[in-house]
Amino acid sequence: MSDTTYELNLTVNGERVSRRVSPRLSLADFLREELHLTGTHVGCEQGACGACTVRHNGDQVRACLMYAVQAEGAEIETVEGLTESGELAALQDAFHRNTALQCGFCTPGMLIAAADLLKHNPKPSREQIRAGLSGNYCRCTGYHAIVDAVAEACGNNEEAAE
Amino acid sequence: MKSPQFEYVRPGSLDQALAILAEHGDEAKVIAGGQSLVPTMNMRLAAPSLLVDLNHVPGLTGIELRGKWLRIGALTRHAEMARSPEVARHAPLLARAAPYIAHAAIRNRGTFGGSLATADPASEWPACCLTLGARIHLASRDGTRVVPAEEFFEGVYQTAIEPHELITHVEVPAATDSMLYGFDELTRRKGDYAIVGLAAQARVGAKGPLKLFRRDDRRLHEVRLGFFGVGETPVLAQRAAAALEGKVLDAEAIQAAQAALADDFEPLSDLYTSSEAKAHMARVLLGRVLNALSGDHSA
Repeated sequence: MSDTTYELNLTVNGERVSRRVSPRLSLADFLREELHLTGTHVGCEQGACGACTVRHNGDQVRACLMYAVQAEGAEIETVEGLTESGELAALQDAFHRNTALQCGFCTPGMLIAAADLLKHNPKPSREQIRAGLSGNYCRCTGYHAIVDAVAEACGNNEEAAE
Repeated sequence: MKSPQFEYVRPGSLDQALAILAEHGDEAKVIAGGQSLVPTMNMRLAAPSLLVDLNHVPGLTGIELRGKWLRIGALTRHAEMARSPEVARHAPLLARAAPYIAHAAIRNRGTFGGSLATADPASEWPACCLTLGARIHLASRDGTRVVPAEEFFEGVYQTAIEPHELITHVEVPAATDSMLYGFDELTRRKGDYAIVGLAAQARVGAKGPLKLFRRDDRRLHEVRLGFFGVGETPVLAQRAAAALEGKVLDAEAIQAAQAALADDFEPLSDLYTSSEAKAHMARVLLGRVLNALSGDHSA
């Protein structure tokens, strides 16, 4: 089988990037290995765990389920870019205050999924927060503190009575 | 794991995509949302030598009412289905099913046509299309053809699509005031594939001008109950539907339908759930969905 490479031009965290890539390279691996943006984590490589969640043209997607070559012309935002812009600051503070992470492997994906949830639903109930984060696995916290953090970040002080 | 190597092509028109498929046959595979195909390639269960990316082919998107049918472009994302006012108004069953599909990040990328072409026996859109009596439009370099949903799903991941064909769009009958819909599924966790699911439709009351004289007629007709997760393809439970034909939807009618369901199918077991357990779940689900049948998208 050939190892043809393809030209790829895209915007990552506001910067224009051009590379030649093998078509089999996932967007997640491209971000990590070519651009050294290692905040995008690679867990299951089958779309189940959510650790590789990034923004593609403004919407959250799995970076392991897109080939980098498919991102031609796209605008990609990663946890690094969204941290720098301050967009995640309130969520990050709330995660910190609520100890919503232990090992931190899921955290970038959790933050991007939570930000996406709040974009579409600024005041979600705890049940809606759980549903919104249901595509992201955390193997440390048992999720409760993560739900607390998202609820706090969006000013939903409804008691943790579930 | 990572995908094996492949060549990649990004056609800019439908004709170009169809010419590529005609030339490469089953060596080529089309990729739309890729939410099932990429995991399959990463697990090395598929190794096409050429990937044909449909994401830049114009004309495969859009949701539009045309006469009595709602036309849905094959490349329409699940998330677009979920938020489309046209879908909510003219295909409430699809609007209700959309939030059950996987998770937000997957729904942003996965497509309506891709789900039908993948034909996972536990996925939502195939069962909805079967229940609604959808028409699936296929194109190849040789022309176009229309396959009714009843003839489209042939087995686990198997459909009527030939290697040189692709789905351009799907038509579903637009909802009318006399139609009722219901959708629900049982899963282990939110967003998982269904263990058992049901997409239901029925017409209520008299048809045509008779309606004027029988405003209070609440009898059900043309009941269609598309179960998924129970067989190799979605299946219509015809005996349970027949038990409801001409009946008012009360506890007695629901129990009769639940009893008849035992003769409709013997569910296939999976790794976690036995056939008997699935049969029980299907019965429970039938009761829930029938109790919640309604005409608008608010349910």
